[in-house]
Amino acid sequence: MAAPPKKSLFTQIREGQVWNSIFRHGPPDNTRNRSLAVLTNVFLHLHPVKVRKSGLRLKYTWCAGGTTFFLFLVETITGLLLMFYYRPTSEYAFSDILDLRSQVPLGIMREIHRWGAHAMVIAVWLHMLRVFMTGSYKPPREFNWNIGVLLLVLTLLLSFTGYLLPWDQLAMWAVTVGSNMARATPFLGNEGPGAALLRVGDISLVHAGDDARFALLAGRFVGSGALLRFYVLHCVGIPLVAAVLMAVHFWRVRKDGGISGPL
Amino acid sequence: MQWFKSAVDWLCNPPILFTLIFILFFVAFLWRRVFWIWTPRAALILFGLGAAFVAFGITDPNFRLIVSKPDNVPIVGMLFLVGFFTWLSMYLGLKNDERLAKSLPPEEKLESEIKILVWPDLVYTEMLCMILWSVLLIVWSIYLKAPIEEPANPAKTPNPSKAPWYFLGLQEMLVYYDPWIAGVLLPGLIIVGLMALPYIDPNKKGNGYYTFFERKWEILTFQFGFLVLWVMMIITGTFFRGPNQNFFGPFEHWDVHKLVPLSNINLSEVIWVKLFNVGLPTNWLVRESFGILLVVAYFALIPMLLGRTLFRPFFEKMGMVRYQILIFLLLCMVSLPIKMYLRWLFNMHYVVAIPEYFFNI
Repeated sequence: MAAPPKKSLFTQIREGQVWNSIFRHGPPDNTRNRSLAVLTNVFLHLHPVKVRKSGLRLKYTWCAGGTTFFLFLVETITGLLLMFYYRPTSEYAFSDILDLRSQVPLGIMREIHRWGAHAMVIAVWLHMLRVFMTGSYKPPREFNWNIGVLLLVLTLLLSFTGYLLPWDQLAMWAVTVGSNMARATPFLGNEGPGAALLRVGDISLVHAGDDARFALLAGRFVGSGALLRFYVLHCVGIPLVAAVLMAVHFWRVRKDGGISGPL
Repeated sequence: MQWFKSAVDWLCNPPILFTLIFILFFVAFLWRRVFWIWTPRAALILFGLGAAFVAFGITDPNFRLIVSKPDNVPIVGMLFLVGFFTWLSMYLGLKNDERLAKSLPPEEKLESEIKILVWPDLVYTEMLCMILWSVLLIVWSIYLKAPIEEPANPAKTPNPSKAPWYFLGLQEMLVYYDPWIAGVLLPGLIIVGLMALPYIDPNKKGNGYYTFFERKWEILTFQFGFLVLWVMMIITGTFFRGPNQNFFGPFEHWDVHKLVPLSNINLSEVIWVKLFNVGLPTNWLVRESFGILLVVAYFALIPMLLGRTLFRPFFEKMGMVRYQILIFLLLCMVSLPIKMYLRWLFNMHYVVAIPEYFFNI
């Protein structure tokens, strides 16, 4: 009796129980398995099995939406790594950022995080431009355009809250300029129109100690309270909302008929 | 080359620069004879000129100082990207328009019926895109350090102090508007306006493919807001605003001691003091009645007049409510260039000035 043909290690792994418990289909070398590769994978099944060929053209999509999402993932990962080193208090924040450069081996995490954030802002704008120029906000995609606008705003807010964290002069004064606007919010800021009307007798209800700017900064000035507040918003608050909206955004792309194309 | 630098500095003065940009914008998008600028050859020439300008500018110490600030590098990149993609979308749109004129379907339509498997075509494209972006980010991060300045010091205000670069368009508006308009109302209206877009756009054509002539007015309005009132304002705010928010050309030294004579006056002063030659009335309602009337007329009369004349087709297609929302958003948008010109030509500060209630327009 001849010995069974010797199988390569690769084939043995492929036919083993472990591999087959993870991937429920053969190698993607035929249509059926290619479909299954997308269908049975939790990450890939955001996609349908088939898409319109026109929606695959780079000159049509510019890959702008995908790039934005990828950059969000880059920001999440590098941001997580930065959290191991960074302490959001006014004593430590600045020196921790300096340490990232000098003490951490291959320390370009902060650079990737910052440039990635800038690139993400630009990618979001280009994505909006593409969607507008192809008229892809028109029915049935109106609602998803709205989610997109909210995601654009959240991207800017993520970038803005992150701007304060290095706790250097650039950060502090940029956020001072930005948050000074909140002081002028109608009715909610102590220098906003209408705030002077909100008073009971001699006591004004909206003053520098309780207005919109105070709520944003946790104080009258950009100080340690603002640093902590921006840190929490930057690392948890806004990403959480953005993640939920992104889920809705991607889900609606599929439900509205995939990447847009001529009807 | 000093004459060239002086000429650029002179051209970059806001009244001249924005007037030129306004003219260029409408010519490029509306005058059919210059549509050659949306061809590949013209795009290459313009790109070459842009790159040559940056390369030449780098040799100038003042220009280099501001352009090579780490946080400003992405803006230069963004300008080229926005330029390229505006060109690309117009190029593809005009190509489709030629096909539509011959009653052929748009180019995208040829492939939209064909279905392609996501694995491998889309998945591999996505992977390539991810790899390219990773490489770009890593190289960029190795060669350009993220900025870090002195530790935060509440006692030492830098001059100029600026918001992050993507908000500099809003900060630039602070020159012309009160903070509650520039920082709260108008940004809010930008968001609301963008969100309202699909509901007030009456045009059913141009859904899912590039075209220009089928959506001429929509594209013109959007690009005016995006290119001129957003990107251009960011450029101005980043590169041209120096100490004390004074204006400097790209080759000019940021001199802290530059003196700019400020003689801005309000409309009420023009009318009561200069025209009637009496003092300002003490009652603010009387004092500002002219300005208030003007603003009310702007937002109430113009929609009525336009609805009966120029915008009649829109009005009939959209109905009362949609038309009113559209025209209100449009008037808010156009109010910015109007305020800019009022300032440049007449030194006009506020049309309505009620500092008693922080209410200035």
